[in-house]
Amino acid sequence: MSTESTPVPSGSGGVIGWTIGVLIIVVGMVVAGFMLDAGQVYVVPTQNTYSEFTKTTPVDTWLPVGSAPARKLQWNGAEISEVKNQNMTKADAFALGMSEAKWLHAEQEGKTVDVAHLTGSEVVTKWFPKGDQAGTGWTGTGQTVSWETYTALPATMAADKRPENAQLSMSRTFGIWLAAIFTLCIMSFLIGDNPFYKTAEAVVVGASAGYYVALNFYTGIVDKLLINVFPGLVRAWTTPGLSFEQEFDWIYLIPAILSVMLLCRLLPSGGWIARWPLAFIIGATAGFRLTSYIESDFLEQIKATITSLWVVNAGDQFMFWPSVGAVVILLGVLCCLVYFFFSMEHKGVVGKTARMGIFMLMITFGAAFGLTVMGRITLLSDRFMFLFKDWLHLM
Amino acid sequence: MMNLLRNLDRRIIFLVMGLAVAIPILLRFTPPTEVTNMDRSVFNAIEELPDGSRILLSFDFDPGSQGELLPMAMAFTRHMAEKRHKIYFMCLWPLGEPFVEDAMVILREEYPDLKYGTDYVSFGYKPGNEAVIKNIIVDWKQLFVTDSRREDLNNVPMTANIKSAKSMDLIVNVSAGDPGTKQWVQYAATPADIPMVAGCTGVQAPLLYPYVPYPLEGLLAAIKGAAGYEKLVVDAYPKLKEEQFVKARYSSTSALQYMGPQLVAHLLMVLLVIIGNIIFFVDRNRGAA
Repeated sequence: MSTESTPVPSGSGGVIGWTIGVLIIVVGMVVAGFMLDAGQVYVVPTQNTYSEFTKTTPVDTWLPVGSAPARKLQWNGAEISEVKNQNMTKADAFALGMSEAKWLHAEQEGKTVDVAHLTGSEVVTKWFPKGDQAGTGWTGTGQTVSWETYTALPATMAADKRPENAQLSMSRTFGIWLAAIFTLCIMSFLIGDNPFYKTAEAVVVGASAGYYVALNFYTGIVDKLLINVFPGLVRAWTTPGLSFEQEFDWIYLIPAILSVMLLCRLLPSGGWIARWPLAFIIGATAGFRLTSYIESDFLEQIKATITSLWVVNAGDQFMFWPSVGAVVILLGVLCCLVYFFFSMEHKGVVGKTARMGIFMLMITFGAAFGLTVMGRITLLSDRFMFLFKDWLHLM
Repeated sequence: MMNLLRNLDRRIIFLVMGLAVAIPILLRFTPPTEVTNMDRSVFNAIEELPDGSRILLSFDFDPGSQGELLPMAMAFTRHMAEKRHKIYFMCLWPLGEPFVEDAMVILREEYPDLKYGTDYVSFGYKPGNEAVIKNIIVDWKQLFVTDSRREDLNNVPMTANIKSAKSMDLIVNVSAGDPGTKQWVQYAATPADIPMVAGCTGVQAPLLYPYVPYPLEGLLAAIKGAAGYEKLVVDAYPKLKEEQFVKARYSSTSALQYMGPQLVAHLLMVLLVIIGNIIFFVDRNRGAA
């Protein structure tokens, strides 16, 4: 007999039992909503207003072509009116904002640097909070933007203690109700597999996938790849504060090409292309991890095991329990190592030592299980805390 | 009776366990908490640093483990704020970033004298797992060009002079798995010899204890570790016992509040294990007879 669904017991009691159960929960929720103001979130709005200012500075300067200050001036409206070659020392070039890479290139050309005459004016735009003094040289453009931010009040705050401008936030209240309903749906799995659990599970999976795609696009594709390949585009699009020292770096084209090759796995006949980037990932990761494991998980652990068994404090006095601890650690490690030594038959002294190693391992597994139980109970407590405090306002 | 226990529906046990957790929460039962040497080591690592030291605080967890880890994450944040340390937030888990934002809400609301950019800063989430750590140990600004508000790091007072993670006086990591404490130990604390403490889930704790006392100076294991650390923090800074902090959205004593249901649920668990064993041995003896 084949089982296609999750191997869990189905909810017993049939349709009638489930219907009664759901009805009780719905009635309970309605009662909770009216009698306990369940899930209601009150917020205090704060108005934020910013005004736009510009500062115009005349420009008449010579700077190395492509240097960060030159690119900044060009970005802000200055224009290149003339370009010429000029002999320059490294110190002078660096003082004018030339990057190391560009200097190396210039060095090959006989220390001749292309310098540009930038003229016109630099117009810097900045937003200041309304009421703040922008400072000398800044002129208001008349543009303002306003938005409200909301601070949630504690769920347990009494109605008479709320500030006058406190208001019920429908969106946050809806969010709390949704979270509470989904919590109950997931918990219903304890009774048996059912459509409510399946729905909640599907929503979690779908929402998480969407969130990960959007987040990884910005943090991976934009913040790692585009920022190094098209810094100007990223500055204009998502990151106005991006430093002008950030410039095109061709090395990032290599991972970009490898990424495209990785996607070839989806092609019907070009799947083999994906093996090359995959080989690179596996090789790089293995090399990457090898050294760190040897250092922190091998050498440092040996060092920590071989300590003095006669522990003394700063006053040279013997410390009993730390000494016992050191002996237990040493014996425990040796016994466990013997247990995993399969080149000799586990008989006699070796067998007894290996058996002691098993005891040590069992104690470790027991401690791990105990800690796992503690973790799971905490998760249940956390959900109950949410239901009682944030949703039902019982605490 | 034995027959009843032998055929007990597992859903009855779920219900009893649910009540064992729910009732202490509703009654606000908080048993006394013992502070362990490990909790004290973590507390001292932060407390004994000179005021205004640089601390890298990485929230490497997601909502799936917030019950275990959020109380200690918020306790770390408050402790560092009390000591006026410079806090550098970051996360290696995509869903850790909302918790960083929540921690900064605490700083904004409870410590209004601390300002973003001069007292605390967030780098947000960066994909790449251990590669991120490996990079920031060498050159911070090669990887993090801006902060989470997309401001050039050279324009943020706290980050203008940061060269690498070696500039930090302490690394504090709150970890729910990989990447997490293990990777911070392997790629930052050990090779760069940076002092480090961590808090982790119960499942991870046995795997991370071997790293104590070097390179980890201390480790908070799950909610029990968080409760011990929280007790040390509120005892050292009594204002955190005031109602404003205790009843805040992220309570200054939330881990301590979790210890009541822990105690009752564990007692129930022990009882169930004993009953289960009694039934097993009785059945075996009857079978043998």
